[in-house]
Amino acid sequence: MAKQDGAGGGARRASLLYDPAFRGIAFQVVLLAVVLFVGWYLYHNTTQNLAQRNIASGFGFLSQPAGFDIIQAMIPYGSNATYGEAFVVALLNTLLISLIGIVLATVIGFIVGISRLSNNWIVARLATIYVEVLRNTPLLLQIFFWYFAVLRALPGPRQSISPVDGIYLNQRGLYMPVPVTEPGFWTIPVAFILGIAAAVGISVWARRRLMATGQQFPAFWAGLAAIVLLPVLAALVTGVPFTFELPELKGFNFQGGLVLIPEFMAVLFALSLYTASFIAEVVRSGILAVSKGQTEAAHALGIRQGLTLRLVVIPQALRVMIPPMTSQYLNLLKNSSLGAAVGYPELVAVVAGTVLNQTGQAIEVITLTMAVYLTFSLLISLFMNWYNARKALVER
Amino acid sequence: MNKLSQITIGALLALGTVSAAQAGTLDDVKKKGFVQCGVSAGLAGFSAPDDKGNYSGIDVDICKAVAAAVFGDATKVKFTPLTAKERFTALQSGEVDLLSRNTTWTLNRDTAQGLSFTGVTYYGGQGFMVRKSLGVKSAKELDGASVCTETGTTTELNLSDYFKSNGLKYTVVALGSNSEAVAAYDSGRCDAYTTDASGLYATRIALAKPDDHIVLPEIISKEPLGPVVRQGDSQWFGVVKWSLFALVAAEEYGVTAANVDESKASSANPEVKRLLGAEGEFGTPMGLPNDWAYQIVKQLGNYGEVFDRNVGAGSPLKIDRGINALWSKGGLQYAPPFR
Repeated sequence: MAKQDGAGGGARRASLLYDPAFRGIAFQVVLLAVVLFVGWYLYHNTTQNLAQRNIASGFGFLSQPAGFDIIQAMIPYGSNATYGEAFVVALLNTLLISLIGIVLATVIGFIVGISRLSNNWIVARLATIYVEVLRNTPLLLQIFFWYFAVLRALPGPRQSISPVDGIYLNQRGLYMPVPVTEPGFWTIPVAFILGIAAAVGISVWARRRLMATGQQFPAFWAGLAAIVLLPVLAALVTGVPFTFELPELKGFNFQGGLVLIPEFMAVLFALSLYTASFIAEVVRSGILAVSKGQTEAAHALGIRQGLTLRLVVIPQALRVMIPPMTSQYLNLLKNSSLGAAVGYPELVAVVAGTVLNQTGQAIEVITLTMAVYLTFSLLISLFMNWYNARKALVER
Repeated sequence: MNKLSQITIGALLALGTVSAAQAGTLDDVKKKGFVQCGVSAGLAGFSAPDDKGNYSGIDVDICKAVAAAVFGDATKVKFTPLTAKERFTALQSGEVDLLSRNTTWTLNRDTAQGLSFTGVTYYGGQGFMVRKSLGVKSAKELDGASVCTETGTTTELNLSDYFKSNGLKYTVVALGSNSEAVAAYDSGRCDAYTTDASGLYATRIALAKPDDHIVLPEIISKEPLGPVVRQGDSQWFGVVKWSLFALVAAEEYGVTAANVDESKASSANPEVKRLLGAEGEFGTPMGLPNDWAYQIVKQLGNYGEVFDRNVGAGSPLKIDRGINALWSKGGLQYAPPFR
């Protein structure tokens, strides 16, 4: 640019129109102006229409009492709850089902993906059938299948299936005992955290020893033992400072205990099994992307099959797998909104459904809902990008 | 550059004119040639499609009455089936001209939500339906029950109020549409199903074994159901409001689909003459033909006929007129004078 200015100067001003640099900027300015104008127009038109129809605007409604109930709430949500609290309840429900779904889908996806490459004919075929059936049917249909076909086939509360006392499965959900804490309970979580710290310490120590002496140490089992045994020990020493509250059949339904409602189970099953079929394909393609020579070389060194997969193949496959995995996690988060169809109280059902209807604040409510999905999608993306950068091939 | 600026200016002008051209709903409807009416996707007696996809019901007849008033032809209606959740946004955004979908008139909806209720087509109240096998005789015995309902309704709020004020516990299962809520109740997910009592009767006859279910006697709320239009268009508001009043007035004066021609020609009652357009100019100020009310009654009958045909004695629902009778017969239906 500078060069042209210097050379041409005033003599070329007439043909500024043909100056590529100028045109580049001019087009961008025009584009920006058009975008700003359309944005302003939409804003202006919307506010004008709202005013004309007497629709109140703003987020003030969030502090108004909501007056409706929500079947699953992780924070206290009672009679004086506001729309804002209903929003938080729905947000937490969306996060809960997405997080558990992501963990489950990843575990199932890895197992199925690896099974599909198994030398065992039956295992490989079963994995193929799983992937093809679940990947090629709509998710909403699968949610309906779980909700209306599978979970509805369960008996009523009075004829509950009860494998052991205290656990009941019926049409209203899965009822489980819930621990009720007594004084001294704090030692157990503390012991649990100490156990985790010990496990980390053991693994670091074992790694150093392996590097220094070449001797192996069962760090995984030792760590697991620390995590499990320390809290158990703490419980025994303090005299078991908790009791279990058992669900009891009172009146129409079971009361007390912890309940997994069928809406939650149906959506969780459908989401994680559906997403797992895609993750399985990601895992399979990742593993296939690793040259067979790597496996053969590992075998030639006498490394066992399991260790080869864990130490040689998967670390290399991860580099291929992480970016498509990110998309699957994002899809799972967004697909959790289909829970609205069977009454799982997630963000779309509660906020974009009930709250929108009771308040009529369509624009604010939809903005809020979109902002939440956008935020969490970006957070997942950021985390996966960070993880990807860590796992990427380090070039020297 | 010239071309680009022309395109840009053209685009801006096009955007600008959209906001300038905002005519009234009545003019829009006349231009389109039909009334776009939002109705329920399936509630027997109020609005339900038959096997050919033709809607019928009391809510549907209100849409037809408006079409008869505007076009002199009750068939010039197109129906948009809406869930409770979608209905207000559909009306606010202009997707439908009129919402006639068993919608409860409430203060908040009538003021803050940009909606205007034009009157009451059906005075209802919320009730509960349970399985007979539970042995429950009253809603007061529903402590600890789970209740299925459709989300985004006043029902959800009344339910919460009722259980709280009576010190009862319950769990609510709120589903996205009425048919899903009924399916969930029918399959045993809930002990009770709640909606307007009229809706309960309509739902009950559609269940596999209607006799296995009973509607509990308690009516826990007032549910005046009526047509809704957008706020800020008083002309269209008037058209819809008076179409409903014409139905009620016709019943009061004994004008029916059968005798409307005779009444128009030879009635001695001046109010009947004004109603049917034989005397005075009561259509033009509204932007309607003078025989607008005559067309409504001629094609749909009066309010009593509409009620009987859809939800009353002449229908499978057999709902008693009750408080929906005319004011002169101890009910609440009342039309202001036609003068």
